[in-house]
Amino acid sequence: MNPTLPVGADYVRILPEIVLSIFGMAIMVLDPLVDEKKSQQLLGGLGLIGTLAGLVSTWIMAQSPGFAFWNMVQVDGFSVFFHVLVIAIALVLILTSYEYMAVQQLRAGEYYGLILFGLVGMCLMSSAVELVLIFISLEISSISTYILAGFRRRSATSSESSLKYFLLGSFATAFFLYGVAMMFGATGSTNIDAISAALNSGKVPLLAYVAMALMFVGLGFKVAAAPFHIWTPDVYEGAPAPVVGFMSTAPKAAAFAVLLRIIFEANAPGRFWLIWLSAVLSMTLGNVAALVQDNVKRLLAYSSIAHAGYILVAFAAKPELGAPAVMFYTAAYAAMNVGAFAVVSHLANENERYVTLENYAGLGRSSPILAGTLTIFLISLIGIPITGGFFAKFYVFSAALQSNLVWLTIIGVINSAIGAYYYLKIIVVMYMREAREEVPVLPIPLALRAALALTLAATVYLGVVPGRMLTFVQQSAQQLLQAEHTSAREQVGNAAVPRATQ
Amino acid sequence: MTPSLHLWLIPILPLIGAAINGFFGRRLSRQTVSAVALTFCGAAFLMGLYVAARFPSLELPHAEYLGHWIRSGNFMVNFEFYLDQLTLVMLLVVTGVGFLIHIYSVGYMWEEGGFYRFFSYLNLFMFFMLTLVLAGNYLQMFIGWEGVGLASYLLIGFWFTKDSAASAGKKAFIVNRIGDFGFLIALFLLIKHFGSLNFSQLFSSIAQQPAETAGVGLLTSIGLLLMVGAAGKSAQIPLYVWLPDAMEGPTPVSALIHAATMVTAGVYMVARSHVIFGHAPNALTVVAIIGTLTALFAATIGIAQTDIKKVLAYSTVSQLGYMFMACGVAAYSAGIFHLMTHAFFKGLLFLAAGSVIHAVGGEQDMRKMGGLRQYIPWTFMTMTAATFAIAGFPPFAGFFSKDEILARAYEANPAYWFIGVTTAFITSFYMFRLWFMTFFGDYRGREAAEHGHAPAHGHGHGGHGDPHESPMIMLVPLMILAVLSVIGGWVGIGGRFEHFLSPVFGEGATAVATEALSRSTEITLMVISVVAAVLGFYLAYVLYLKRPELPQKIADSLGGLYQAVVNKYYVDEIYGDLFVKPLVDGSTRILWHGVDQGVIDAAINDTADGARHVSDSARQMQSGNVRSYAGWVAVGAAVIIAYMIWMGVR
Repeated sequence: MNPTLPVGADYVRILPEIVLSIFGMAIMVLDPLVDEKKSQQLLGGLGLIGTLAGLVSTWIMAQSPGFAFWNMVQVDGFSVFFHVLVIAIALVLILTSYEYMAVQQLRAGEYYGLILFGLVGMCLMSSAVELVLIFISLEISSISTYILAGFRRRSATSSESSLKYFLLGSFATAFFLYGVAMMFGATGSTNIDAISAALNSGKVPLLAYVAMALMFVGLGFKVAAAPFHIWTPDVYEGAPAPVVGFMSTAPKAAAFAVLLRIIFEANAPGRFWLIWLSAVLSMTLGNVAALVQDNVKRLLAYSSIAHAGYILVAFAAKPELGAPAVMFYTAAYAAMNVGAFAVVSHLANENERYVTLENYAGLGRSSPILAGTLTIFLISLIGIPITGGFFAKFYVFSAALQSNLVWLTIIGVINSAIGAYYYLKIIVVMYMREAREEVPVLPIPLALRAALALTLAATVYLGVVPGRMLTFVQQSAQQLLQAEHTSAREQVGNAAVPRATQ
Repeated sequence: MTPSLHLWLIPILPLIGAAINGFFGRRLSRQTVSAVALTFCGAAFLMGLYVAARFPSLELPHAEYLGHWIRSGNFMVNFEFYLDQLTLVMLLVVTGVGFLIHIYSVGYMWEEGGFYRFFSYLNLFMFFMLTLVLAGNYLQMFIGWEGVGLASYLLIGFWFTKDSAASAGKKAFIVNRIGDFGFLIALFLLIKHFGSLNFSQLFSSIAQQPAETAGVGLLTSIGLLLMVGAAGKSAQIPLYVWLPDAMEGPTPVSALIHAATMVTAGVYMVARSHVIFGHAPNALTVVAIIGTLTALFAATIGIAQTDIKKVLAYSTVSQLGYMFMACGVAAYSAGIFHLMTHAFFKGLLFLAAGSVIHAVGGEQDMRKMGGLRQYIPWTFMTMTAATFAIAGFPPFAGFFSKDEILARAYEANPAYWFIGVTTAFITSFYMFRLWFMTFFGDYRGREAAEHGHAPAHGHGHGGHGDPHESPMIMLVPLMILAVLSVIGGWVGIGGRFEHFLSPVFGEGATAVATEALSRSTEITLMVISVVAAVLGFYLAYVLYLKRPELPQKIADSLGGLYQAVVNKYYVDEIYGDLFVKPLVDGSTRILWHGVDQGVIDAAINDTADGARHVSDSARQMQSGNVRSYAGWVAVGAAVIIAYMIWMGVR
């Protein structure tokens, strides 16, 4: 079968990516044309509309599931889930940034454009089923985030953060690319379905194992899993606070989507102990190191390493149990962590002056609303019922235990008990310590209120009535896993293999 | 099909109260705040009474289904409420005692800051506690379980300006987390093996399984894990350490949460899970042993405490031990009976202690009290009733329930009984010690005040002369509870209470009770426990009233042993050295300074010289780091690749 020209349906299946790119470019073009004073509102507003349009186009895309562009892109419940998730995170990020950028006196300009471009990459990561395309979208997403991390140009730590992220990130993506090349060598294809078929028919070549290892290194870096977590605290500490909220959730969610495809759909060989160990290391190192942090951003950075560990626990479980648990966790974690960082960004004030634990003393009195919402996010991060964080942990550990991973579950459970301590420390400081130094709390603007309301609603929704979301992720995971059995077989005979060997 | 009683209203009512006070309380007057809190809590109590009135006409167990909550595959959890005899007892105890304590709190907290906040938390606690009690499945129970922990944390730390209060709250929370995770793992195991968390489904499918008599099988593991959860919440060995510290909270909180209701949740949970424990006799034995040891251990610590609330706190731990001892010998109804009478007399003891503390201007040290019976006669009288009840004097409430437990323990194993009676003697001794030190002799508070002693308590009454009686709003709940402490045990005469609960726990348990002990043995046991109580009373009388110089001499002659008891056997210190310090030190020194900053740099700098060019462009930043980080990534990658190659060639 010769490659034919793409048809209309092909474009519909990447509609969100197209729409987001157009908005991103529009922002870039408009940036020099508008007055600097107005640019913040105008470009931010445009970015906001862009994300909304992205959500609408995701809905349109969801109406026509199937493959596009010669089996490089697949639209199914799984990719729709991650599209909605990352776009929603970006929406909240833009709402949060609105005020933040003004307070930090940063030029709006390409900031909002970069967010949208990053989104394009992340969206594509979740729907791409072809390793080279996955690599390209990974790069699109990463490069935007590298720049966003350094956006506080006047701050040395921010530039340092950006540079470190860039250097180490490129290093890690190189591993991924190398892995892709080796996988091609081992199976003769870069299409995940075809790879899956090749790996599941007879003996797995040694090269495939090495390829798996290399890809795991690359993706492990992106999700900040140990032992590739080392960059996280420095980068998170320096990057602008709203961006950290974004970085710790959206690109991670996209990378987890890729991991889900590679590990579960392609049924990666020899992965079990790799994931097991990485999960244990991430949870333990993250939680224990977070105990002694007194910078809130750094603390949350370690916490995000620990949460990556919890998610990896689900990867060690049986696919039909683990995949939905991963998806639920990424959504719940996104809601609570983005919310927490929205509060942190607001309090940080000019030049991110107030980001230590000490600065949160007395917040319970000076701003009951902020303290209250942050408390709910922290309670969710601890994993206490009636918040999304509880059910997220519940499903992950329950999936692990049902897959007979007794020790992994116990280690995870002990870890989340340790983790409770440092989140609680923030709550204690907010409510039970007198402020030693006057920390000004700015009035909460409308956009931030909306951001907090959205994340709060999502956190509580997932905690009180998780049923719907769970049903949805289970169905999407089902589709993902079925692809392994049905479409992969079909692919072998026709399009994928000949195309890949061309 | 029995009609719906709208059970969901019972927890929701206090939640509404909590919401109103939480959101608008700041702008409301104290009168309005207390009216709101009392109305919604009282309404829940009325609902409880209504349920009790309708009870005979119900088909039991009565379940009310509100809609599905989680449905995934064939695993389903619903919003559902479950009512049987056990629930009814708990429901009435929680709402009844809870309501009385709400009334008392209005008087006690009147002059405190954060009045609305206090009542909002208190109502929130009621919501979670009632959710726990009325839950129709383990997950809903767990929500209530975690929720009461949260409310308790908020209330312990209520006087957050005190450092000790803040850290006590944190300690309670963390220790409870450990227990909660035992509970959680038990739930996972139940889901995995039985595919349900619903009480009726779960218990009927477990009932069909054979009992696990040898080794640690599935049901035994589940039972043990549930017990870990119960030990956390109900302050049993080894997780009891948080409860004495929790006394930093306002006294009504200690009465409600740390004596009458929340801490008994563990007992309730074990009793609720009696089907599981019934099939796991080994787990049940562990429950009995933990309960028995805790009862004795905590009672001995109680002897040497001088803070009036600390004595009561250790006493609570010890009494909870009795309840677990009862559950452990499968005498669940005896355990629940003691739970009920304990709610009356221990709730009363705390409230009366609060009234004492109130009277002497915030002083909690019993050495600075004495002779108070002339100043606060009502408090004295009510507290006397409670003291006799806990010491086990007939015909007070505690006598019946404790006697029931001891008789059943004797049947199971005389060793339990022996420790139980010893504990009863010690209990009687330390309670009368408290009673004599507080109410008899001469008032010792004045000289202390003249020596410039500042009240340790946050309660702002300092600097007044004679102790004074509390207002009526505080005394009325005391009197009602005093009446209950006297007559509350009479429902157990002739095994009526046990019979009432027998549909829940099965007739089998009742049948054994009536057969096993002959009438004469039963009376002998009863006489022995009364003698133990009287001996305790007499010893306290001699030591603390007649010859008050003796205790010091005895303490001196005991030396190290006495010191060990005063310092609570150094358990807090041991835990600190064993668990807390290594964790914090390890994370500070090794993981953070070490792995993050030191070791990696040192190790990598040697090997990663070749990678120097990477960071040349970044000379002005802490250039070592990026290089070492990259080195770390490289080492990790190398290990993983090596492992995968090994997997491949294997």
